Amino acid sequence: CKKEALNLLPTNDLTESIVYATPAGYKQELVRLYANYALTSPSGSDNSDVGGLNSGFADFLRLFWTSQELTTDEAVCNWGDTGIPELDNSTWSTDNQFLRGLYSRSISQITLVNEYLRQSTPDQLATRGITGADATNVLRYRAEARFLRAYQYWVLLDAFGNPPFVTETDLIGKVNPKQIQRAALFAYVESELKAIEPDLADARTNEYGRADKGADWALLARLYLNAQVYTGTAKYTEAITYSSKVIGASYSLKTNYKDLFLADNNLNNTENILTINYDGVNGTNYGGTTFLINAMVYTAADAAGMVSTAYGVPNGGWAGNRTRQNLPALFPDANGTLDKRGIFAGPKATIDAIDAPNDGLKVTKFKNVTSTGATPASLNGTFSSLDFALFRLAEQYLIYGEAVARGGSGGTAAQALLYVNALRQRAYGNTNGNVSLAALTTDFYLDERGRELYWEGHRRTDLVRYGKFTGSTYLWPFKGGVKAGTSVPAYRNLYPIPNADLIANPNLVQNTGY
Amino acid sequence: ISGKVLDETGQPLPGASVFVKGTTRSTSTDVNGNFKLAGLSNGSVTLSASFIGYQTLEKAVSVTANATANFQLVPDAQKLNEVVVIGYGTAEKKNLTGSITTVSSKDFQKGAITTPEQLIQGKIAGVNIISNSGQPGVGSTIRIRGGASLNASNDPLVVIDGVPFSGNTIDNAPSPLSLINPNDIETFTVLKDANATAIYGSRASNGVILITTKKGGTGAPVINFSTNNSIATVIKKVDVLSADQVRAYVNANGSASQKALLGTASTDWQDEIYQRAFTTDNNLSIAGSFKGVPYRVSAGYLDQDGLLITDKLKRGTGSITLSPRLFKDHLKIDLNLKGSLTDSHFANGGAIGSAIQFDPTQPVYAQNKYGNYYEWTQGTGADMVPNPNSPRNPVGLIELQNNNGHAARSVGNAKFDYSFHFLPELHANLNVGYDVSKGYGAISVPTFAAQAASTKGSFSRALKTENDKFSEFYLNYAHTVESIRSRFDATAGYGYYDNATTSFNFTNYTGTGVALVTPVFPFSVERNKLLSYYGRFVYTLADKYILSGTMRADASSKFAENNRWGYFPSAGFTWRIIGENFLKDSKVISDLKLRLSYGETGNKDGADIGNYNYLSKYYANSNTGQYQIGNTFYNYYAPAGYDPDLRWETTTTYNAGLDFGFLKGRLYGSLDVYYKKTKDLLSKITIPVGTNFSNELVTNVGNMDVRGAEASLNFTAIKNDNITWDFGVNAAYNKRKVTNLTLNPSSGFKVDAGDITGGTGVHLKYNAVNQVPGSYFVYKQVYDGSGKPLEGIYADLNGDGAITTDDQYFYKSPDPNFTFGFNTAFTYKKWTINTVLRANLGNYVYDNVASNFGIKSNILTSVGVLNNASSDLLNTGFTATQYLSDYYIKNASFLKMDNLGLAYNIGKLSKSGNTTMRISANCQNVFVVSKYKGLDPELVSGIDYNLYPRPRTYTLGLNVGF
Repeated sequence: CKKEALNLLPTNDLTESIVYATPAGYKQELVRLYANYALTSPSGSDNSDVGGLNSGFADFLRLFWTSQELTTDEAVCNWGDTGIPELDNSTWSTDNQFLRGLYSRSISQITLVNEYLRQSTPDQLATRGITGADATNVLRYRAEARFLRAYQYWVLLDAFGNPPFVTETDLIGKVNPKQIQRAALFAYVESELKAIEPDLADARTNEYGRADKGADWALLARLYLNAQVYTGTAKYTEAITYSSKVIGASYSLKTNYKDLFLADNNLNNTENILTINYDGVNGTNYGGTTFLINAMVYTAADAAGMVSTAYGVPNGGWAGNRTRQNLPALFPDANGTLDKRGIFAGPKATIDAIDAPNDGLKVTKFKNVTSTGATPASLNGTFSSLDFALFRLAEQYLIYGEAVARGGSGGTAAQALLYVNALRQRAYGNTNGNVSLAALTTDFYLDERGRELYWEGHRRTDLVRYGKFTGSTYLWPFKGGVKAGTSVPAYRNLYPIPNADLIANPNLVQNTGY
Repeated sequence: ISGKVLDETGQPLPGASVFVKGTTRSTSTDVNGNFKLAGLSNGSVTLSASFIGYQTLEKAVSVTANATANFQLVPDAQKLNEVVVIGYGTAEKKNLTGSITTVSSKDFQKGAITTPEQLIQGKIAGVNIISNSGQPGVGSTIRIRGGASLNASNDPLVVIDGVPFSGNTIDNAPSPLSLINPNDIETFTVLKDANATAIYGSRASNGVILITTKKGGTGAPVINFSTNNSIATVIKKVDVLSADQVRAYVNANGSASQKALLGTASTDWQDEIYQRAFTTDNNLSIAGSFKGVPYRVSAGYLDQDGLLITDKLKRGTGSITLSPRLFKDHLKIDLNLKGSLTDSHFANGGAIGSAIQFDPTQPVYAQNKYGNYYEWTQGTGADMVPNPNSPRNPVGLIELQNNNGHAARSVGNAKFDYSFHFLPELHANLNVGYDVSKGYGAISVPTFAAQAASTKGSFSRALKTENDKFSEFYLNYAHTVESIRSRFDATAGYGYYDNATTSFNFTNYTGTGVALVTPVFPFSVERNKLLSYYGRFVYTLADKYILSGTMRADASSKFAENNRWGYFPSAGFTWRIIGENFLKDSKVISDLKLRLSYGETGNKDGADIGNYNYLSKYYANSNTGQYQIGNTFYNYYAPAGYDPDLRWETTTTYNAGLDFGFLKGRLYGSLDVYYKKTKDLLSKITIPVGTNFSNELVTNVGNMDVRGAEASLNFTAIKNDNITWDFGVNAAYNKRKVTNLTLNPSSGFKVDAGDITGGTGVHLKYNAVNQVPGSYFVYKQVYDGSGKPLEGIYADLNGDGAITTDDQYFYKSPDPNFTFGFNTAFTYKKWTINTVLRANLGNYVYDNVASNFGIKSNILTSVGVLNNASSDLLNTGFTATQYLSDYYIKNASFLKMDNLGLAYNIGKLSKSGNTTMRISANCQNVFVVSKYKGLDPELVSGIDYNLYPRPRTYTLGLNVGF
């Protein structure tokens, strides 16, 4: 036996030089970056590329949603899965597996982007003979990759504040990443989003599912709206600037609010700016919209029972998520009679006990059913094909208005009123729900965001910005672990750096309070 | 020279070997105990006569024409002169320097034994063999001294007749070892300490099991036929509520709509899915010598039903061994060929959990579109679908799933041992062989079955082949220099091992033939190779002081070139105190020996240790992991986490042992203490996020200690012409502890090592510093005055006023502290009664059946169905699941009687004929004594959930020899 005979290679795996040998390879690997926030693993629903986490939990949206909704007045979950009760009760520990999962998932996407950027430098392209129009395309792919990285850093900035920081200059290996402080991370995300703008496709000109200038502006607008929280310095004028850019591009509201959350929302939709795309056959996992839909379907025998087929998940219905009474209370009625955005089901709005399945209304706005009533193909009758909007026009209307209300310049209250009433006319189907200029207080926007954007992953960020996520100025059932709600210490405005990473990486310092 | 070899009663000993010392001349006795050695030159020679189980006898004879020499051998209870196989060679038991235990066929467990490892269950101190369930042919988890690894394998290396097994599984067979017929096995030799195992280098950290099969004899053919026929029964069912109890409970506690769901039937679902299972196991062997070539040919046929209805294993085995001796015994050849075929029908194991949970007030059958098996449904008419959140009908689960598996395996090798003509003390040994297998199967579910309603049935296939090859060559030189009373024995060798597994991928279909998931690649090959050099040197002085050293160098394809070689040394010293003058003539002490050893061994295998993990590589997505951009679904490649510095984990073992014998070996035993320290553990740990393509990686981090002691004692209480009464007792203490798990030493780190069933991602077991691996991490339950657990009330261990995961604590582990084995055989004339008992102390079990099913909301669900509950509900009254309460961690110490047997040895049926007969009756799994209330306290994982029950088996056996 020769010693070289011990150099064995796997049958079907490839080395990077083969993966990136062609222009099509660069496109494929760009898709891999997008796939990372849609899936738990490239190998399908039973696998997880976030270690230590059940494969069903490991996708980006489920983790992000859990961190943004379950800890707020909008949602509660009655499962006993480790870590869920403490999110329901605002008592999460530094070991919480969902928070650790989100942190790991976000950084995994960043690590993948870094690798993509290393593989797509001009030198690499030249070496691999990729020139001309192909090289120009790769330049755009790089800009999109950096957008995805900036987006994930925004998630970390918002949720964890001071995460580890790695870029394409940090090679794969054993050098522990340094920690970045929140203000510096804000500046980094801002600079990245601005730097890539020229290389991105114009708004609404890219392929479905890929980021363009619209997405770039939308994230900048969201970033600036929260700048006060992130850095201590308000940037409402910039929020107006960038939300105006989005609004000025060729987006328009979808006619029916409910159609935004149906399985054919990828068609004839000029409201969504960037979506995560799901498919019940080709891109499956137990997170994403599969989770959003199944977790709210309760197939009980009694009057509160729902039939899972009506939600496009005939084999599903996991009976977990509901809303606390605060959310339906924002609407004139919980039946969606007047404001059709209120899409709820169930007999009882009040949460008296978290594990009582009929306490709290079910939010039924997401359905794996098309606007014509058809159910898309699904491998197991559980996986959903509903796409999820990370950014949509309505949010930009509300950013514009709130930034104006908070004193930003470059916009007017009158313009904000037009935007708000555009949302409300769609909601009511007529002008009966329109509000007046005087109604457009800062607080109005928090409630209106609740009505328009509930369960879409905004609530925690919004409550933090309004100073209501912690403290005692605003309570909801079981906030702080008490049925009536109680004050939560301010340090909980940030999630903790996961204990596992603190141990693994001695460069990290825990967020204050934990 | 001619003569006779007789036993202690004067009966001839056929097949005893007689050899001329200092030469290679040898012969064996015929059926009448006669031998003849011709062609010796005149002079004085020493003849040595030996027979297994008897003390070797030497006699000086002066060679003349018609010289005679008769031997009467006396039994050797302690078998000090027995030759045992060791790695790459053999040694006399009295000269061993390592901790080695041999069990031969006469001491095997009896009865219906389908897999080889079950033969020695409870027989060896420190060797724990736990059958993984009661399924026919199912494998066992074998732990020698507890195992030394976390994420690498803890399984010992198994070598059969010199063929090392890769440890890979065979698809569609119940277990790899189930393809070896236990009836062909002669001895098990277990190598425990590093002095014994280190010559196997990188595969040796968890001990080595050497299996030797039966070989041909000399003289006339001996035909042996045995048949064992058995009935297996369920001893114990999971304790659930009866139909009437469920009715009473729902009527007392349920809502009107829930009461309306109650049925009128009284179905014991466990009775519906379990059966009395019949097994027949028939074996025929012919052993003898043809034209001077010893041979043995055997064939076996097993037909075993499982306790779960439709479960079945059929197995045909065949083996041939040939042992020609050429050139006046200078060239010894051993050819071994084994083949087996299994045909299995695997019952749907999901029925076990469903049978616990399914509402007993519902009937088994009902008129419906699901094949007339009663099912919970939702919707009406054409929209009616099985309720997705209820269990499926257990009988329907089994009867509507057809899961057939077939496996074929062939193992063969050829060993050539050449003793040089010019230097007979120098041997060249070549061993080449292969182990190939193929497992294939298909699972189909019909279109109407409720279990696959969403896809209208299903069809899937699997095919995996294994192709292992190896060659080994060594030189051995042994020489005695009488003048300095020294013996030198040196071995040096080379080995090359190539293991490849090919998995074929197939499209999965719906029951109507629509493709569901298509594979990206038609197949993939997982391959690894090992290149080795090894050596051993044994120096014996005055037959009293024995010094041995071994060294192995292994290069594995699993590691990068700069980390590829591992070196594994060992050293051992034995002092045969019995050989000292002050003990030589002792009438009481017949043996006393002290063994001290040290050695390093490696480990590189296991399910988590891939073949190519050191390489930076991109893997393709599956077709269910595509992503949509525009209107196109894209495939892509993803970079995988990797560790270029991956290398072996290394275990250092210190062992001290004492072997003793009294009263001519009527009482003998041994005592061992050991300390094992594993460093560079291949452990799955959290790495700093952002440093790799994954947040967890299997890498060389951490240390683990294992401390233990073992004792075994064998005692012949009575021994006379009519009665023999033997006892064997063994006991072992073993304690594993993780001492480090992180690159930056930290006591707070823990990593998930086992989830429970129920809530998703509920981690129960962790590997953590200062804990036993896989310790339970739970909340401390608070109880009321009457000792009833208070639901959801836990001790606030960190005192922060809130119950969070920070209040969990480490409480117990599945590891037993002590394990015991006891066996005894009482023979009166032709009758023998024997029994084997085992006990574990200090092992704890998590009762996942109770924690998942023993709650109110399991009966009165929120999903529109009624279920049954574990009777533990009546103890706790819990409304909702309390998975991580330490209430569910139960002391599962146990005493089991594995085997109770009665045999009648008729002996020769007639005075003139050679036909012998033996009849036996056995009961296996006779009783279990344990405080644990669940199905079975003996669980590898420590998590009790839906165990396929281990049956009680009654066997009648008949053994005929011609």
